[in-house]
Amino acid sequence: MGVTLIGVSLLVFMMLHLIPGDPVRYILGDFATPESIADLESRLGLDKPLPMQYLHYMAGVFQGDLGTSFVTGYSVMEEISNRFPITAQLAVYSILFGSIFGILIGVIAAMKQNTIFDQLVMVISLIGISAPSFWIALFLILLFAYHLGFFPISGYKGFYSLILPSITLGLGTAGNIARMTRSSMLEVIKQDYIRTAQAKGANLYRLIVQHSLQNAMIPVTTLIGLQFGALMAGAVVTETVFALPGMGSLIVSAIATRDIPTVQGLILFMAFLFIVVNLLVDLIYTKLDPRIRYE
Amino acid sequence: MITKTETTLQPAEWQELEKAPVSFFGMAWKKLRKNKGAMIGGSILLFFILTSVFAPVLTHYPVNEMRYDETLKAPSSEHWLGTDEFGRDIYTRILYGGRVSLLMGLVAVSIAGSVGVFLGVIAGYYRRLDLYIMQLMDILLAFPSLLMAIAIVAVLGVGLTNAMIAVAISVIPSFVRVVRGSVLAVREKEYIESARALGVRDWKIIVRHILPNIASPIIVLATLQFGVSILSAAALSFLGLGAQPPNPEWGALVYVGKSFLSQAWWMTLYPGLAIMLVVLGFNLLGDGLRDALDPRIK
Repeated sequence: MGVTLIGVSLLVFMMLHLIPGDPVRYILGDFATPESIADLESRLGLDKPLPMQYLHYMAGVFQGDLGTSFVTGYSVMEEISNRFPITAQLAVYSILFGSIFGILIGVIAAMKQNTIFDQLVMVISLIGISAPSFWIALFLILLFAYHLGFFPISGYKGFYSLILPSITLGLGTAGNIARMTRSSMLEVIKQDYIRTAQAKGANLYRLIVQHSLQNAMIPVTTLIGLQFGALMAGAVVTETVFALPGMGSLIVSAIATRDIPTVQGLILFMAFLFIVVNLLVDLIYTKLDPRIRYE
Repeated sequence: MITKTETTLQPAEWQELEKAPVSFFGMAWKKLRKNKGAMIGGSILLFFILTSVFAPVLTHYPVNEMRYDETLKAPSSEHWLGTDEFGRDIYTRILYGGRVSLLMGLVAVSIAGSVGVFLGVIAGYYRRLDLYIMQLMDILLAFPSLLMAIAIVAVLGVGLTNAMIAVAISVIPSFVRVVRGSVLAVREKEYIESARALGVRDWKIIVRHILPNIASPIIVLATLQFGVSILSAAALSFLGLGAQPPNPEWGALVYVGKSFLSQAWWMTLYPGLAIMLVVLGFNLLGDGLRDALDPRIK
């Protein structure tokens, strides 16, 4: 994990140097003088050799300094801490919506295997995975916000304004989780111990929740962890559509204005979050399946 | 060799056996044909490929011709899917846009597939390089794929070609992982050991013995990633980072349509529907291929 983190930071740091054109000239515009260029280069540390610049950048990162926005002049870390709560809420609500909805219909589909309900669930799940989230978002806005007026059309006005974005983001997750839960449950309910429990007269609820679901949840947990990454990326699109002031919409506006320190900081932060979530998922496995142990 | 007279098979069973395809891919094709979902998926894709190729025959409206007397017209017999803010026919733009969207998917999967298969084979076959290549892939996998595509566009700049490259790079790690895993399983087989013992060169072993035996997972992954790539490319265009208007790429059409959503829903509905159907087609076909190419599934 350490090597991965260093690699990620190196890759993100190199973004500034791979970008075509001189960032200093870009910031100062067409009327930059050689003195002002030299002055800014020295302030940004761009006059030092690359390895030194990287070490300087990383020293800042470890102290919570991700640089300063080229455009607003604010600290990138400050921007992230202002916007992170909205993206985090969106991710949590979407995961909750996707997991609860996905697991519920996945379990019912498995219990009613090869019925119309099962086939319907599978088709709807596949449509949920295949439909572009920005497209779903637009029609949710049109119907529930514009015509029915149930929700605000855009912007952040508390929990209420996160309902439609969470449904938008969670639909694809729900589809993936429903498919995985169904196949995982089908595999588990064919096991001998389930047949034994059934023969001993265990009621349906006990059979599903106590005996089947916990074991069926192991691959589903992996998927939920992986979905988190997709949600982080999906948040970029969803936040833009709903005009939510989160990290996703910030990254799009930062790219449009070529605000590289902000893009760098956001991508580094999101990649770090993704790695941490994957690590947490690995740890949850050991709780769900005591046979798995990490050295 | 067993002849008809030496077996206890009934003539009808023998005939069936003789008719049965012997090659692995022949059997897979037989299984695939029986899979309803895969056939529906394949038909959807064939429909979109044909309508994109024969777009000039299927419509008489020029793709970018503006008609200011016909702006924002609802679907009618004259304009089946309505018109946009410049009076351009949406049906025509979707047909031509299919060329761009499908091409974006094709280019992205071709680049990612070629690089991914090459790196995956090297990592799986030459264990000395495995650690370095997989470490690099772990680093790339630390970025959610669309996020990585966005980061690459930030570096390369906005545009159709750069979006294709960005999507391709973001898909490479999944190819490398799958190919490496398959090579690791195949390289320990006796026939590879025999070839090595006979002094067959590495590249010949890879091309003649390893690649044909790992083709199935690559085909399945490429099919599924095709849909993912089209979705990512559409998302980039929707964010204004990929294809730029007036390019009729489907994501770009939705991007333009969103500004007129309350007045002209058709500008957004139909291009989005096209994206969904194509991705659904690739998902259905990919699922079917996975079942058909898995020898454990009868």
